[in-house]
Amino acid sequence: MSRAARLASIVSPAVLPVLVIAIWEIVARKGLVSTFLLPSFSGVVVRLAQDIASGEILWSAAGTVMRLVVSYAIAAVLGVALGVMMARVRMVRWLLDPLVSIGFPAPKISFLPIFVLWFGVFDKPKIVIAIFACVFPIIAGTWAGTQAVDKYLVWSAEQLGTRPATMLWRIVLPAALPSVFTSLQVALPIAFIAVIVAEMLGGGGGLGGTMMEYTRLADPAGVFANLIAIGFLGFLAMKGLEWLRRRVLVWHEEVQRQGDVVS
Amino acid sequence: MNVVVRYLPVVLLLGLWEAASRLGWISPDILPPVSAILAYWWQLFKTGDLAKHAFASLWREGAGLGLSIAVGTAIGIIMAVSTTVQRLVQPFITFLYPMPKSALIPIIIIWFGLGHSAQIAVIFLGCLLPVILGAFNGAKGVERALIWSARSLGASPRKTVWDVVVRGAMPEILAGIRVALALSFVLLVSAEMIGARQGLGYLIAFLGEQGEYAGMFAVIFTLVAFGFAADRLYLAFSQHMLRWREA
Repeated sequence: MSRAARLASIVSPAVLPVLVIAIWEIVARKGLVSTFLLPSFSGVVVRLAQDIASGEILWSAAGTVMRLVVSYAIAAVLGVALGVMMARVRMVRWLLDPLVSIGFPAPKISFLPIFVLWFGVFDKPKIVIAIFACVFPIIAGTWAGTQAVDKYLVWSAEQLGTRPATMLWRIVLPAALPSVFTSLQVALPIAFIAVIVAEMLGGGGGLGGTMMEYTRLADPAGVFANLIAIGFLGFLAMKGLEWLRRRVLVWHEEVQRQGDVVS
Repeated sequence: MNVVVRYLPVVLLLGLWEAASRLGWISPDILPPVSAILAYWWQLFKTGDLAKHAFASLWREGAGLGLSIAVGTAIGIIMAVSTTVQRLVQPFITFLYPMPKSALIPIIIIWFGLGHSAQIAVIFLGCLLPVILGAFNGAKGVERALIWSARSLGASPRKTVWDVVVRGAMPEILAGIRVALALSFVLLVSAEMIGARQGLGYLIAFLGEQGEYAGMFAVIFTLVAFGFAADRLYLAFSQHMLRWREA
């Protein structure tokens, strides 16, 4: 690659973001759009720095992350367990298959008011709705992945006298792991969406709750600062999961091929 | 017969629900019996309230999703065809893709108010990225040999994109739209619960404030049915679109 080309490849990704931010700043400064609708970019950055310095936004973020981590962890364990059971136990498959096929495309967030009724207004309904929202893709992905495990692999292990428990932990689960990971990667943003909406509707802090409060107080800089924090957290979470995937699946041909998975 | 056996667990679950509520295992205030929910549904249906709100929801859903499909497919294909555009747009997409789209709802309410356009904008923006990515990955994956053959046989660049790239990318375009379809329902209901004066999401929140729990469940059942029907219809549509593929 020539030097000019290398320079272009480094600079070009920054072109559009810089352009958008510049236009944003100019439009807001010139008052082409009222600051109520669009606070200036620099104003939002200053606001974000202030909220970080005062610790306010960190406190909100901690609430959101706590709810997200708890619900996601529970959904992951539950979803993988149910998915494996659906693939391996006929009775479970018969029982859950129609429920999953109805539950999967349903907008689960519509149950939120019901969960508030059942579980009160604090953390519990928010965690439950997030589990409910993101468990279906995990079940479906794990089920499909487990079902697709190479039959010869299983038969060979059986021939060699592998016990059922060992079979599950050493053969079936590792072989299904790539699909399980994919479903976990699909589920994370869904859980995040649910947590944010639950916070917006239910209050009780968190980034979503704070955003809604600033909307009511007509404080758009505060709304944007929280939006940036949410975007940053989402980005961090997805990158973290991609990193974990590469670490955990280091033995798998997918990583060894160094196929940079475009997600 | 097969369908009966397949969906028997759903019937069992609903039966158990009815029994639990009727026999007082769970207070009917917390879990209204299924029969009461169906009765409430019929009432909502008869007064025309359900149709009014459902119509508002479906219109927003259709408009938002339709826009995102049209714009997203175009952007995705252009990104795949032009490296310059890809370089410019990709960093934006990598940063915005993991953002939970529901976070946009307050800002869009500030911009668009509580009418149809706010929900349509939320759905459009939320569904745009999965559609773009589907189209982009699909178009990138189209076999180069097919494109070269079309070009060498004299197809114009425009015709090549239309007849070869778009067709070749179709499976992934359709998969991207399926993700967007599920997402659009979630965003629709969320946006309607947070800020709207019409729509099924609004109706759930409204009935909840009135303490009409059977009514809430009636609307939720309606939404679940819509989601299920949309998914099934879409699957049939995809299969129809991809009927040329070898299984």
